[in-house]
Amino acid sequence: MTIEANKKDNPLMKLVRNQMFIPLLALFILALFNLIADPGFFAITLKENSAGNPVLSGYLITILDYGSELAILAIGMTLVTAASGGQDISVGAAVAISGSVLLRVLCGSNTRPETLQAPIIVAFLISCVVAALFGAFNGVLVAYFKIQPMIATLILYTAGRSIAAWINNNELPVVSDETLTYFGGYIPGVPIPTPFFIAVICLVIITLVLKFTNLRLYTQSVGINQSSSRLNGLNPEMIKVITFVILGLCVAVVGLIKVSRVSTINYSVIAKDIEMDAILAVALGGNALSGGKFNMASSILGAYVIQFLTQTLYKFKVQSDALPAYKAIVVIVLVVISAPTVKDWFSSVTKKFKTKEVA
Amino acid sequence: MLRKKLAAFLAVAVVAVGVVGCGGGNEPASTNGNANTETPEETPDTPEETPEETPDTPEETPEETPDTPEESGDAAPSGGTIKVGVINNDPNESGYRTANDRDMKEMFTEANGYEASFAYSLKNDEQITAAQTMIQNGVDYLLLSAADTAGWDSVLQDANDQGIRVILFDRVVDADENLYEAAIISDMPAEGQRAVDWLAGQNLDEYNIIHIQGVMGSSPQQGRSGALDEKVAAEDNWNIVAQQTAEWNAEKAQQIVQSVIDSGEKFNVIYAENDDMAKGAVAALDAANISHGVDGDVVIMGFDCNTWALEEVLAGNWNYDGQCNPYQAKYIAEVIKTLESGGTVEEKTIYLEEKGFEAGTITQADIDENGI
Repeated sequence: MTIEANKKDNPLMKLVRNQMFIPLLALFILALFNLIADPGFFAITLKENSAGNPVLSGYLITILDYGSELAILAIGMTLVTAASGGQDISVGAAVAISGSVLLRVLCGSNTRPETLQAPIIVAFLISCVVAALFGAFNGVLVAYFKIQPMIATLILYTAGRSIAAWINNNELPVVSDETLTYFGGYIPGVPIPTPFFIAVICLVIITLVLKFTNLRLYTQSVGINQSSSRLNGLNPEMIKVITFVILGLCVAVVGLIKVSRVSTINYSVIAKDIEMDAILAVALGGNALSGGKFNMASSILGAYVIQFLTQTLYKFKVQSDALPAYKAIVVIVLVVISAPTVKDWFSSVTKKFKTKEVA
Repeated sequence: MLRKKLAAFLAVAVVAVGVVGCGGGNEPASTNGNANTETPEETPDTPEETPEETPDTPEETPEETPDTPEESGDAAPSGGTIKVGVINNDPNESGYRTANDRDMKEMFTEANGYEASFAYSLKNDEQITAAQTMIQNGVDYLLLSAADTAGWDSVLQDANDQGIRVILFDRVVDADENLYEAAIISDMPAEGQRAVDWLAGQNLDEYNIIHIQGVMGSSPQQGRSGALDEKVAAEDNWNIVAQQTAEWNAEKAQQIVQSVIDSGEKFNVIYAENDDMAKGAVAALDAANISHGVDGDVVIMGFDCNTWALEEVLAGNWNYDGQCNPYQAKYIAEVIKTLESGGTVEEKTIYLEEKGFEAGTITQADIDENGI
């Protein structure tokens, strides 16, 4: 009898213990809430956009669209969190920098070019290099100078938008080229927003990297215990820098998407506060913000759940400046759930419950 | 070590945002030959921003006497130049601010008889520190665009005690009117009213408006929202479909409009409180194949008159763009001239001349003249 009960318990407990449980539960609650309030939330229609191309439209598509930016950042943020046990808060400013570099290369010295001065791929690669360098800068401060990640990245957080402004001489370049809009919009003939494909590509790349290199193992071991991983022949500093560089590359990709959306950049507000959403995605994914083990899929799911939450709030016409307050509630709930005291209490309660059942 | 690093970084930052541009001592003179409208120091971020004002000051303090006749009559100590200290917000804040800063730098040059020093910050306390430095350095005029309305009383009092005249531009402060000579500002409620009147003049059967607001509580937001809110409350056929702040952010505006489109609600006006947000809104409309502008289904309205925005209006993609005039230097120069010649400024609050541009009547000349 007891053995049977335990067996029955096991799959449920396994599910609850699974890291994906929290984001999935959040997604389920949100979906259920929307289904009851207005099933129209899930409607997807096929329309034509103003260029005459078929596009899918609906809240879910919008979530896929905007959530993808967050998912890409969550990839890098997860690695940084795992390795350094801290978070990079300069992501938004870094997006402004990489976006500015992208536009600077595309526009040359002219802020309103008729034709692009360089192929988009070249501009993108250059912005990748710049973003990776800024990532490395953060990484070096954290790894070699042993500055707390949040303090180290505070420097770029403060200075980043001014640097972005300086890159374009305080001008706001506008690109009129059609092809640039593909990355944040739709490729002609493809009805699904491009950012989703970009996110999938990033995801595939990082999955392959994690599968065929030791990045996952090294990152986790550095995050769990730096000195013992050093004793085992790893170079913890280098691994931390690498994670920051990877985050830098993610930033460059998001910069491309952001710039592409409106074909221009306003460095003072672009990607504002996006770092908070990215960190929240990692937390919502059930990853310990103090570093160590991580689950990439869970973080990415977390990113889409956050966008789901944002879109739900928009749908119910919550004032957009009140959105952070709602996200704060999610953070509080998450932090409380994962706090050791609550965990202890929870396990003691379940133990009592079990013993009662046995009796 | 961490603290030291932070301190060093902050020190550098303070110097960087501190006294900028007074290095113009030699520079403008040399560039004078080329063109007098040339700005000698366009790039405010260049590292050579050392506060080299200080060495000159001791010799020039005697000139600091409060009565006007002497100031205008005597030319000995500073070679007839008028010393102005300009405290502005960070030019990187927006295209508007960049244009404003450029305008100030073009006006207050040595060629025009000014010796100007500039300080930039978006933070009130840093601006106050800069103002105190300028007061100690003995400027003749303190030109101020305050980051925040509060906290300026004592500083302006100090300036007054030293006979330094204060002229506010672009933004007002909560201080006694006697502490400053004039305030040159945009009339934000009038900007909103002008736009709403224009919209009312379109005689649409029904106004279903997506209202995209700026940063809540900022004076442009309050002025531009106020007129619309009043009208919507007064008229039966004016409805707000969505009223959200996008915080001057194009992407946020895009997302807000996207969510209205997703909801399937009907709308025919987008009232965006700046050009960036209007652009974001239009990007969302384009993706959903909703026509806009002249002969379109949705009326697009923006503010600030960026050059690219006016071009959209000229092309008929947008319908209206309301001006927010950043060119305040000539008004300030006018006030200084009046004061220098011993006159007084009668109206303390001087409103800038501003217009609204609409598709159909806008010309390329308007764009060249007013685009920022």
